Amino acid sequence: MADGYVTPLHQPLLHESGLKHVTGEAKYVDDFPAPPGMLVAQVVGAPVARGRLRGVDSSEARQVPGVHAVLTARDVPGDNQVGPVIHDEELLASAEIHFLGQAVALVVGESYEACRAGAAKVKVDVEPLPAVLTIEEAIAQDSWLADPHTLLRGDPDAALARAAVRFQGEVVTGGQDHFYLETHCTLALPEEGDSLKLYCSTQHPSEVQAIVAHVLHWHRHQIVVEVPRMGGGFGGKETQSANYAAFASLAALKTGRPVKVWLNRDQDMLWTGKRHPFLTRFDVGFSADGTLLALDAQLYSNGGFSNDLTRAITDRALFHSDNGYFLPDVRLVGRPARTNLPSNTAFRGFGGPQGMAVIEDIISRFCERTGLDPVEVRRRNFYGAAPRNLTPYHQVVDDNRLPRIFDELLASSDYARRSAEVAAFNQGQVHARRGLALTPVKFGISFTTSFLNQAGALLVVYADGSAQLNHGGTEMGQGLHTKMLAICAHELGLRPSRIRAMNTATDKVPNTSATAASSGSDLNGQAVKQACEVVRERLRPIAAGLLDAPADEVRFADGRALAQGREVPLEQVTQAAYFAQVSLSATGYYRTPDISYDKAKGRGKPFHYFAYGAAVSEVELSGLTGEWRLRRVDILHDVGRSLAPTIDRGQVEGGFIQGMGWLTNEELRFDERGWLRTHSPDTYKIPALGDAPEDFRVTLLADAAQHDVIHGSKAVGEPPLMLALSVVAALRAAVAAFGPPGREVKLPMPCTPEALLFAVEAQRAP
Amino acid sequence: MNSLRFNLNGAWVEETGVSPTTTLLRYLRDRRGLTGTKEGCAEGDCGACSVAVVEQGEDARPVWRAINACLVMLPMLQGKHVVTVEALRSPDGYHPVQLAMSKALGSQCGYCTPGIVMSLFEASYRTDLDAPWKLDDQLCGNLCRCTGYRPIREAAQAVAGSCPEDRFAAQLEASAPQGMALAYEGEGQRFTTPETFEALWDELDAHPDARFVNGGTDLSLEVTKRFALPPKLVSLEGLQALKRIAVVDGVVRVGAGVTISELESFSERRFPSLHRMTRYFAARQIKHRGTVGGNLGNASPIGDLPPALIALGATAVLRSRAGERRLPLEDFFVGYRKTALAPKELLAGVELPLVAPSARAVSYKVSKRRELDISAVAASFFVDVDAQGLVTAARLAFGGMAATPKRASTAERALVGQPWGQAAVEAAARAIAADFTPMSDHRGSAPYRLLVAANLLRGFFEETRHDRQPALRPGHAATVQALVEVAHG
Repeated sequence: MADGYVTPLHQPLLHESGLKHVTGEAKYVDDFPAPPGMLVAQVVGAPVARGRLRGVDSSEARQVPGVHAVLTARDVPGDNQVGPVIHDEELLASAEIHFLGQAVALVVGESYEACRAGAAKVKVDVEPLPAVLTIEEAIAQDSWLADPHTLLRGDPDAALARAAVRFQGEVVTGGQDHFYLETHCTLALPEEGDSLKLYCSTQHPSEVQAIVAHVLHWHRHQIVVEVPRMGGGFGGKETQSANYAAFASLAALKTGRPVKVWLNRDQDMLWTGKRHPFLTRFDVGFSADGTLLALDAQLYSNGGFSNDLTRAITDRALFHSDNGYFLPDVRLVGRPARTNLPSNTAFRGFGGPQGMAVIEDIISRFCERTGLDPVEVRRRNFYGAAPRNLTPYHQVVDDNRLPRIFDELLASSDYARRSAEVAAFNQGQVHARRGLALTPVKFGISFTTSFLNQAGALLVVYADGSAQLNHGGTEMGQGLHTKMLAICAHELGLRPSRIRAMNTATDKVPNTSATAASSGSDLNGQAVKQACEVVRERLRPIAAGLLDAPADEVRFADGRALAQGREVPLEQVTQAAYFAQVSLSATGYYRTPDISYDKAKGRGKPFHYFAYGAAVSEVELSGLTGEWRLRRVDILHDVGRSLAPTIDRGQVEGGFIQGMGWLTNEELRFDERGWLRTHSPDTYKIPALGDAPEDFRVTLLADAAQHDVIHGSKAVGEPPLMLALSVVAALRAAVAAFGPPGREVKLPMPCTPEALLFAVEAQRAP
Repeated sequence: MNSLRFNLNGAWVEETGVSPTTTLLRYLRDRRGLTGTKEGCAEGDCGACSVAVVEQGEDARPVWRAINACLVMLPMLQGKHVVTVEALRSPDGYHPVQLAMSKALGSQCGYCTPGIVMSLFEASYRTDLDAPWKLDDQLCGNLCRCTGYRPIREAAQAVAGSCPEDRFAAQLEASAPQGMALAYEGEGQRFTTPETFEALWDELDAHPDARFVNGGTDLSLEVTKRFALPPKLVSLEGLQALKRIAVVDGVVRVGAGVTISELESFSERRFPSLHRMTRYFAARQIKHRGTVGGNLGNASPIGDLPPALIALGATAVLRSRAGERRLPLEDFFVGYRKTALAPKELLAGVELPLVAPSARAVSYKVSKRRELDISAVAASFFVDVDAQGLVTAARLAFGGMAATPKRASTAERALVGQPWGQAAVEAAARAIAADFTPMSDHRGSAPYRLLVAANLLRGFFEETRHDRQPALRPGHAATVQALVEVAHG
């Protein structure tokens, strides 16, 4: 601060829970001591991917020692529905089976052993029906979750016809398991007078509360949902924790005992939704110099059996099919396919990565075909001055930072020299090639369902000058609490050690939105700031009195109130406020201004602003096995004026590696029955430490304060994931270098060693 | 002795009545309230449950070893010292690895963190972390979904080999090895750890249906994944004779109880081919518990040691009360997960001839992920060439290509007697397709496996042009290092 007093804001902060993590004292739901009489539960899953449920016989299961209850659809007192937006998802199947493993019964018992023994005795009678598993099958059978959503500007058909270079193709991206290290878990405690307390690992406690109320036919005030912290969420606990919370609640209601529902890793991977696989069919036109002229693309998402968030995810894929590039004439059609798989759900990026992968792959293919420099082609197509500043959904891009980011990153990554070195290396090798690539990211920030862009906070200050901070956001590791504490300390002038971030709870801040869409600190930060300002302004006259100074000269910093060279500890100010009968608690509330979107017209301003970044990746690929290594990564990412640069760097690095996993080694393999074969880390390979580049250079864009966002910052949770598209572009370059110029690389995503080796074979073929 | 006794966080604990297949992880969380140790997968693939135990290192020096609590059954800890994450912080303050992790922001969600802290705990007391890859190897068994690993690497670099002189160093000195002898029954299950062969044969006579277990990294999966309760287990961990590696008259005898990490350090200087296979064999936590006997005795078609040892010409040593018998290791595998072991017979170890300087020998492992993954294809090649340049012996052994670890006999025939050169290698590579009909699964399709198997032989030829038994180079991009040596950056 200007006066030299310390504020934690914008400083290299440590993670608020870091020391609790490293000692093992940090508690997650499954770590809570079992309350007396606690029961656990086991889901009984359907044996087929699609069928008619003729009956569930639980009579033998109920006789198993230790089993207290076997619950089926008939036991649901309220609405047997857990779909968050569209009510198309039953908690327990009543008549139809829509995916293999869908819950048909819940066995509640004294131990997992008893529950498993009981589950084995539940007889599920199903008449199997043919299942739809892939997007191609869904297209063939006209199986959809929603009508198409179209973004149309200009006349793409005419522009395509005129284009000097025109080609068609398909882009395939795979699904991705969240693989949060902590699986789903809820502990439900019956409390007096028809009420329940839930400890739940969820990104969306308010929705869990609402859905449980709905299922139990209660009102929301009967339920309190508390989130201590999550062992990772990544979108996987935005909607889908509600199912398991509802199971625990229903079982607690039926047995009158505390009930914990915890999924082991295999169950979590088999039963919960994932990132949506996408299939895109496109027709693109470029001018001879590499300027994008027109794009006509159909984006099909595999939504699984129910809507969940699939519509919004498919929308966001459309909104990011431009990435940072101006598409003069464009038609983008998004359509979610209904298949007999678990319902796919939110995952960091929320469709954005799938959309962005399309245009980045198209540009890579264009450069492979023409031999033009990918850096120059990408730069040439960036949004620019009007009329080249309009997105396909008619939002104006007025703050494009990509040209600056590209220039700075080309220089700092030593791109030109390394590009020459890669070419020289490739000249001399038989069985190895290197690839170097630079790709940008432009990511829209806001929930595209506009009303969700709101948040609340509750600040409680005690007379001794210590405070508890509640806000609507949940902590899943992203450092939200760290940032909120910094904002709170900054506004109130309290020392961070005197402020405690409380568990997120629906009885502290009601009607919250999910901690999602990268919006956690943007939204909750403003609400926290406002709550703190209310209390601070109440303290101001008290402090002025103690300091014998005019109120408008009083400052609050570093645990003190200061004015005219005098100072007084804040605890004296709060004590005095208490004696003066001044309220020391306040709520804060925020909603994002000026955003809206008209889906029918495909027009609007869905995003408050855009986050930008770019990455340079260098890979080496073996033409003998398809194995590869990421040699070096340089990232320049725009987080505005960072609230906590150390935390933001962690989001950038972690997002990049997670994106790399999605695009390379993480492969969901379903068999013909619809059974996920890769349902544990034995077969589903997220990046390990050795996959991270030894040379990993991350820089946050300097002098980048963002107008009208909390303290000049920008959202950071999702955008960096898409920086990993640079790895795919680099791998494509390495594959291309195995063959003659002008040949398009045939490489689906994920780029597994097998996919890469066959792409190399195709490239080398005569 | 019908009680389980081990030292937990500095205090001896004794348990009776508990099921002997209770894993340490479930014991810590369910019975001791030590919930810092997490379950992330219950199969040794994520490392969130890592704890440290005292083991005997080289020269019988006690060392801290990180292991997966999810794969170790309580009787396997008999007489041992165990430390969990909760014990690291003392009234004097945090352990250096805790401070390093916090300072580097090595935790985000924190769920993998206790396991990483315990892997770093081992690293901090290690004195052999003399290459960057060893740090990666130390941590490859700890998955983190949040950080992207850069800060964890940074913390590891800060503490590795720092050897703090603290109470844990003192505990090492004070923890003299104790006998593991045990004959335990609980919850209707039996678990014995004989310390002599006599006691072992007696146990087998009395309980012919008992199953052998060594480190338990595979057998424990039946407990944690299939929820089985094996009724009778006989641990071989008490038999010191099985834990030795000895070189006698040009033959290396490796006991069945030798752990993979012990084999890895032994082979680093003496058997580059074997070392390359042990390096990407598994996570360090698994290598500390997994044994030579376990990996061979499993007879899995995707085990990594069988091809490496078959190519090196290993002999299996089988032992029973009647004495020892020997057979070529490849004949030990008689079918899918079936061995030549007779009832009440034990795989005591393997014998390996030293590799002649004239021989080319390299092992390869191709998997989707380099570290901590199961092979799509494992291959190990041994080719000896005489003074005239003619191939005198060829052993091309593969895993992942058939129902058993298997040699490519057609391809071998294409090499023997031929000049060791591009033409013979190409003919042999093409012949591999006649030797195998691999399956397609989630680890690789049949065409991929066949292509890789042939390419590995091609790469083997390239790689051994200058160095006949090459070690892995720093920064290698692939299991096969077929780079042309040119000046490059």
